[in-house]
Amino acid sequence: MSPHAGIPSLKSTTSEMSISRKHILDLDDFTAEEIQLVLDNTVAMQEVISRSVRKVPALRGRTIVTLFHEPSTRTRVSFEQAGKILSADVINVSSSASSSKKGESLYNTALTIQSMQADIIVVRHPHSGSPNFLARHLDSSIINAGDGYHAHPSQALLDLYTIQSHFGDIKGRKVAIVGDIMYSRVARSNLWGLTKMGAQVVLCSPPTLIPPDFVNGFPKTHPFASVSITHNLSEAVKNADVIMALRLQAERQSRGRLPSLREYSRLYGINSETVKLAKEDVLIMHPGPINEGIEIDTEIAHGPHSAIQDQVTNGVAVRMALLYAVASANGGDK
Amino acid sequence: MLNRNERLILSSDDLRRAITRIAHEILERNKGSQNLVIVGLHTRGVPLANRLATIIESLEGSRPHVGKLDISLYRDDFIGRAKPVIKSTELPVPIEDQIVVLVDDVLYTGRSIRAAMDALTDFGRARSIQLAVLVDRGHREVPIRPDYIGKNIPTSKHESISVKLEEIDDFEAVTLTPKNDSKVKETNNNNHEEKV
Repeated sequence: MSPHAGIPSLKSTTSEMSISRKHILDLDDFTAEEIQLVLDNTVAMQEVISRSVRKVPALRGRTIVTLFHEPSTRTRVSFEQAGKILSADVINVSSSASSSKKGESLYNTALTIQSMQADIIVVRHPHSGSPNFLARHLDSSIINAGDGYHAHPSQALLDLYTIQSHFGDIKGRKVAIVGDIMYSRVARSNLWGLTKMGAQVVLCSPPTLIPPDFVNGFPKTHPFASVSITHNLSEAVKNADVIMALRLQAERQSRGRLPSLREYSRLYGINSETVKLAKEDVLIMHPGPINEGIEIDTEIAHGPHSAIQDQVTNGVAVRMALLYAVASANGGDK
Repeated sequence: MLNRNERLILSSDDLRRAITRIAHEILERNKGSQNLVIVGLHTRGVPLANRLATIIESLEGSRPHVGKLDISLYRDDFIGRAKPVIKSTELPVPIEDQIVVLVDDVLYTGRSIRAAMDALTDFGRARSIQLAVLVDRGHREVPIRPDYIGKNIPTSKHESISVKLEEIDDFEAVTLTPKNDSKVKETNNNNHEEKV
């Protein structure tokens, strides 16, 4: 059966559309309808998670390998948890304990994993584009769990889900993304997701941490045309529905981007004063891990507006929806 | 509304009478509506379950609990034919020690019902599970038998049965069509869900 079997060809309504896809590399090639379908299936997955017996047999007999070449807590654990709730066998490989330590290339490591019948490889790698490279050369499905400062689609989807389940909609909401835009794959995937879903996005960062191609704004024909850019935090968060603080990516910083952490925190840290400028029911988000006291104050990160723990909880359900979408596409090739 | 080759099996009046009879049979078998949970399978089992509950309420004075079940995550033929969109599963009460009546529109191979029973089991141990279907078209592939049947319709595997309900399709009818009919394919693509 072809991977597209089951997709109605004529007059398909939204509810009959398919979100089956072989790989999930970024949100740039998702339509708004496809994103919405992932979010809808996430609701169904939340119901499964809320049961007393958290187990459904959907992916029984499938093998998922998580191949992480960077440290991670929430992404790796939530992919593992998502796979296990769907009854897949999940094997975790981390670079520090694998043959890549002996100098094996990413391609050869992934090929080895594929030869052990992995249906889905969830990959995180410090080099942008490495999941795309694997998707081109392997038969297994590839899910990008974060590559360099390129993309982190499952994080963006869980952010979209968190916003939608809190407000009921995404369209028209003002979302301020604050911090280290330059090195943030979370910001990039969220830009795709949020703009496709019709949010009004404002990027706010120090002038040194905005990507060079963003500096002059975006031409009218660009997918990010509606995105505005500012270096003034008060302006960015004014009347915002959502403030998304980004982690300062210390490991990706070459020296000299910031005069001092203290100055960064003073100008761009989210504190109670910042929150007052936003809408009364503002949602505070952070992809984690948090540098508390640098990009966000402790009292805000754990305060009443914070959705940070919801984001983590939603992450499991979103990743279940993604694994389900990928596994249902796999059928044709096996 | 009907294609040239479509044959009407049940009109809207026939449908109403069949559903009313099933409601009576459920009450007769279970000696009332005590501990009944009527659970509809998506898509068209859901409105059928609601109708059964409404009729039972009019007869007994109290409305039985009504739930819905999506079986996408329980299919054994998941690969390649998974329904991409998962609909809601809602059971209003714990099913422990309840009599669960599963409701579906068409019973064919029985595999959906097997999946539905697996799904139910994950929610607890019902006192009994019964099965009500609007149409039994035969060709079972697993040992499953319905307790309540609207109409038995002997079919060949090359034919397809389509059930239309007002809540979903804006009109009511059960029809039979030969599968190789080209005009049918169009309707199939639009909104017919093949029951397996």
